[in-house]
Amino acid sequence: MPILTHLEAIRQGIWEEMERDPSVFLLGEDIGVYGGAFKVTAGMLEKFGADRVIDTPISESAIVGAAVGAALVGLRPVVEMQFMDFIACGFDQVVNMAAKIHYRWGAAVPIVIRGPSGAGVHGGPYHSQSNEMWFVHTPGLKVVVPATAYDAKGLIKASIRDNNPVIFYEHKFLYRRIKDEVPAEDYVVPIGKARVAREGTDIAVITYGAMVWTALEAAQALEQEGISLEVLDLRSLLPYDEEAVLASVRKCNKVILLHEDTRIGGFAGELAALISEKAFEDLDGPIIRVTAPDTPVPFSPPLEEYFLPNAKKVAEAARKLAAY
Amino acid sequence: MPTNVIMPQMGESVAEGTVTRWLKKVGDRVERDEPLLEISTDKVDAEIPSPAAGTLTQILVRENETVPVNTVVGVIDGEGAAVSAAQAQPATPLPGPELKDAEAAPGLPANAPSVSRDKIRSSPLVRRIAREHNVDLAYVRGTGLGGRISKKDILAYLAQPGSQRAIPPTAPQPATPTPSSVPPAVSAPAPAAPPPAGTVAGATQVVPMTAMRRQIAEHMVASKRTAAHVTTVFEVEMTRVFELRAQYAAAFEQRHGIKLTFTPFFVRAAVEALKQYPIVNASVDGNNIIYHRDINIGIAVALDTGLIVPVIKHADEKNFLGVARAVQDLAGRARSKRLDVDEVQGGTFTITNPGIFGSLFGTPIINQPQVAILGVGVIEKRPVVRDDAIAIRPMVYLALSFDHRLIDGAVADQFMNKVKAVLENWEESVV
Repeated sequence: MPILTHLEAIRQGIWEEMERDPSVFLLGEDIGVYGGAFKVTAGMLEKFGADRVIDTPISESAIVGAAVGAALVGLRPVVEMQFMDFIACGFDQVVNMAAKIHYRWGAAVPIVIRGPSGAGVHGGPYHSQSNEMWFVHTPGLKVVVPATAYDAKGLIKASIRDNNPVIFYEHKFLYRRIKDEVPAEDYVVPIGKARVAREGTDIAVITYGAMVWTALEAAQALEQEGISLEVLDLRSLLPYDEEAVLASVRKCNKVILLHEDTRIGGFAGELAALISEKAFEDLDGPIIRVTAPDTPVPFSPPLEEYFLPNAKKVAEAARKLAAY
Repeated sequence: MPTNVIMPQMGESVAEGTVTRWLKKVGDRVERDEPLLEISTDKVDAEIPSPAAGTLTQILVRENETVPVNTVVGVIDGEGAAVSAAQAQPATPLPGPELKDAEAAPGLPANAPSVSRDKIRSSPLVRRIAREHNVDLAYVRGTGLGGRISKKDILAYLAQPGSQRAIPPTAPQPATPTPSSVPPAVSAPAPAAPPPAGTVAGATQVVPMTAMRRQIAEHMVASKRTAAHVTTVFEVEMTRVFELRAQYAAAFEQRHGIKLTFTPFFVRAAVEALKQYPIVNASVDGNNIIYHRDINIGIAVALDTGLIVPVIKHADEKNFLGVARAVQDLAGRARSKRLDVDEVQGGTFTITNPGIFGSLFGTPIINQPQVAILGVGVIEKRPVVRDDAIAIRPMVYLALSFDHRLIDGAVADQFMNKVKAVLENWEESVV
């Protein structure tokens, strides 16, 4: 099986869907001639032509609005946000148009809004946010956050084929750092299904995106101390895999909720509520969150390092919880 | 990362322990397994090693305070992260196992609840498992933060055969309960608020008894109440033993690494006599006499703070060297407080040695449920009559206190004659 980077897996997934379905087309800033800020769409203009790979003006509201219109007339647009932070400028089109059209008029809006998110590359406060919760709190959308190259490809393909608007988060830190085996043949990873990234018995670490790798690193370190972490990779946040979450809690009885997003209003809060509602009597200790603090993402590298959750912080929390 | 230091359970029937001495101060660095504090319980005094390397950040139970087992007595901090007060539950002085528990279940004295019910800390999962298995959490030992009962603890508890109902194996029970078989809640009611050690009130000073002192007091009175004590005293000439020691002491020490003392001679002599008079190696159970097949000799060891009696198990199966080694090992560990609980249990006969403090002979109190105890007086040269002449000989008075319920004077004296004969005509090789 070919080994692909996270970025290459996404590129391949989009490419294959473009080949497979002529109604799929791309629009975004600098995605054509330049090939995209991170080169996810490199070579697509040459292959699929200017009608299907459209360089847009710098107006996220116009980009998303155009995509919604195109979707309503039967196309399947894939929108690139140069950085996911910029989606704020198109917010109204996302949450008031794309998210509500099916509910209001019964019409499908099969669009994908994808782009790089997350910190760790010294991008500063406007290029590093994990803003997935803006959309997790918007019924009518789907929100997907892959961690592996395999899932990135399988999920981008599933998202493009989905008839609902999907917000697809690509972690820029993983783009060229994560490589794994990706099948050459056609496959999709279903939206809404989690994946046990590592089996364990003592503490379930429930996480998504780049933090899956952080959790795995912590799990490996703690193995020598006799603390066994299970790592659950949610893969999708909306809808999310309630059954898998509860299964891991029931198995380990102690749980750490980990995300790179800031703390208050983060996805961990939702999971904590679910667990205490549905698995209270399976808990052998408090539900622990490991998250970024409630500040903008700092630009200064030492501050950014302090801001981000890492394997050491996860291990520290796990040791305390194990001893609880 | 903080690690709790807990009052360990030294033996199944022990419900509480007293911190006798902290070997470290708050702020001191301590290595894992380095002696951290000394405790005293009903059964044994012990030195408690540190469960982790780090800094002793909190002492929650002060010296001379008595707390239930599993109480957190201190906190070791490994990486310097501060422990909040909420995390380390300070020991509250003893509501103790409630009396009504003992009354409600008189057959189950040994499994006294480890904490009182309103102090139990657990988790929703633990409470569910307890409900499903009908477990009273007061009986489950918690090893989590602040003594909290975790999943691991309750699963370990359920894995024990017989869990709740387990009655500890005991030596044949005498008709009258010995202090150690009485529920601690009844036998040792801890004062709710013991006066702080060393409180001076007028012309007197009030000091609470240590757990060991209390236990000795109860044992002694119970024995006097139980047995019909009679003491017989024999004079034994130690010339032969003296000669052996003079001849072999250096070689013995060089070869075996232990000193050639008098004690193993007395142990071996007692064993030979016990083999011949098994009634002296017995105990009383109602109207029955229990003969013990094993001969387990307790050796009374005086400590600064009291007295402890480690037991040489199967003394009848040991030769002189084996006995000498066992004496040296047990006495050494008794003084350094490193005895295990089972090493102070199961004795069938006891030897005590007031002679080391100069006593000619004592009239020792029997160590229940045994029926006899041999006291060894001071060994010294005395004028004695030999062949109608006055001679100088090393002499010792041996005093046997025996329980006249079981042993008549004639048997006791025959026993002592055997001891005397073995010592005076020593035949066994000592090297």
